[in-house]
Amino acid sequence: MSVREKFHYDLKTLRQKLIEIGSLTEIALGKSIDALQTKNVDRALEVIDSDSKIDLLDEEINDFAILLIAKQQPVAIDLRRIIVAIKISTDVERIADFAVNIAKSTIRIGEQPFVVPIDKIVRMHQIALEMLSLGLKAYYEEDVVLAKKVADMDDEVDQLYGQTIKELLQTTQTNSEAISQITQLSFISRYIERVADHATNIAESVFYLVKGRHYDLND
Amino acid sequence: MELTVTKERTERKKMNEVKGEKAVVYRTKNLNLWYGEHHALKNIDLDIYENEVTAIIGPSGCGKSTYIKTLNRMIELVPNVRTSGEIMYRGRNIFDKSYRVEELRTQVGMVFQKPNPFPKSIYDNIAYGPRIHGIRDKKILDEIVERSLRGAAIWDEVKDRLHENAYGLSGGQQQRLCIARCLAIEPDVILMDEPTSALDPISTLKVEELVQELKKNYSIIIVTHNMQQAARISDKTAFFLNGEVIEYTDTDKLFSNPSDKRTEDYITGRFG
Repeated sequence: MSVREKFHYDLKTLRQKLIEIGSLTEIALGKSIDALQTKNVDRALEVIDSDSKIDLLDEEINDFAILLIAKQQPVAIDLRRIIVAIKISTDVERIADFAVNIAKSTIRIGEQPFVVPIDKIVRMHQIALEMLSLGLKAYYEEDVVLAKKVADMDDEVDQLYGQTIKELLQTTQTNSEAISQITQLSFISRYIERVADHATNIAESVFYLVKGRHYDLND
Repeated sequence: MELTVTKERTERKKMNEVKGEKAVVYRTKNLNLWYGEHHALKNIDLDIYENEVTAIIGPSGCGKSTYIKTLNRMIELVPNVRTSGEIMYRGRNIFDKSYRVEELRTQVGMVFQKPNPFPKSIYDNIAYGPRIHGIRDKKILDEIVERSLRGAAIWDEVKDRLHENAYGLSGGQQQRLCIARCLAIEPDVILMDEPTSALDPISTLKVEELVQELKKNYSIIIVTHNMQQAARISDKTAFFLNGEVIEYTDTDKLFSNPSDKRTEDYITGRFG
């Protein structure tokens, strides 16, 4: 029998809350891709609506983690588990905010046909979503190999981002009437690129959790 | 006798659950206590709730041990003690002339700082109280001994040496034995005065875990110098300072965001 059963149970509860905020955010980010591709304003609104629940969960995770630190004096891996939960929750909450931003830009674009093909943006979006899913899985399973994979995927997103911005800039020269849509698409690309960075942060946190050392995977 | 007591308690607990409220076990109203000229407890108002762990913390000499010893009237053993105000235990003032101290102490068990087993076998330590209450039947005593030792999470460690002397146990085991001895008379409340200050860290954690388990069936009041311990195991915490209750609230609140500056200064180690 573990001598600190109650505390270890609380740590599991904390993890459970993180699983919850993680899956809500995955759903929001997935829907934001879908809404953009299909120009579906209702879906975009669903993403915006789901954010308040995610914000609340983030606060709840923070409060719970603070109580555990204040009351249980965690050490070693237990302490890292709590600190990492706070950090990952912050990253996940930020990713959900980007999903909201993407949804808002989608609503601004509205019914207009796309002035450029958006396949690169959709591809980035899909990779970023996969990075989030794998990053969370790496956390749940405390698996550094998976975490490393997440970090590696970020390079592809960065490349796609560079190409997309270049193409969008070129389009402004030939199609000056589309500037407003091009601006929204550039924003969306930037949001997705940031999502991938936060997913990489999650991977770094997993490294810290398992190894007890800091790794910079963002290079 | 024992069975009816337990039955009454179970029924009372059920009724409270239906009402959705926790019953008050001890209600202290305007309690003052003097050792000769020294005013040791000042206007204490404190409600202790059923099936909760209530921790009392504060620097040395703040009155926390005095208070807990008042709850089972052990304080009367100290010469020149005077009190005013009242302590209602289950609605009855324990200072009433008609209240027999033996009656009170059947309901309120106590565990002390240093493990104090009797110089007898493990079995006889536990059977001592029940025997005094007139239980002679070997089968019933066997049952009580096993149930109490299991309740104190020490059964597996001692079941094969019940007739060996209790002094042969380690400090941590002796303390859990004392808790088992206290459970044998089926008390309603368990008072603990620094129950782990003489124990090693692992034994301490074991006793703490046990307290969490015990609160399902008992109400526990624990005095501790170790405020982290109060944080870990209690539901409510009272902070005593110079004989006064400075703050009494949910442990979560007291340790994450206390209302009184003095509480904050104490728990963050700025004085004490």
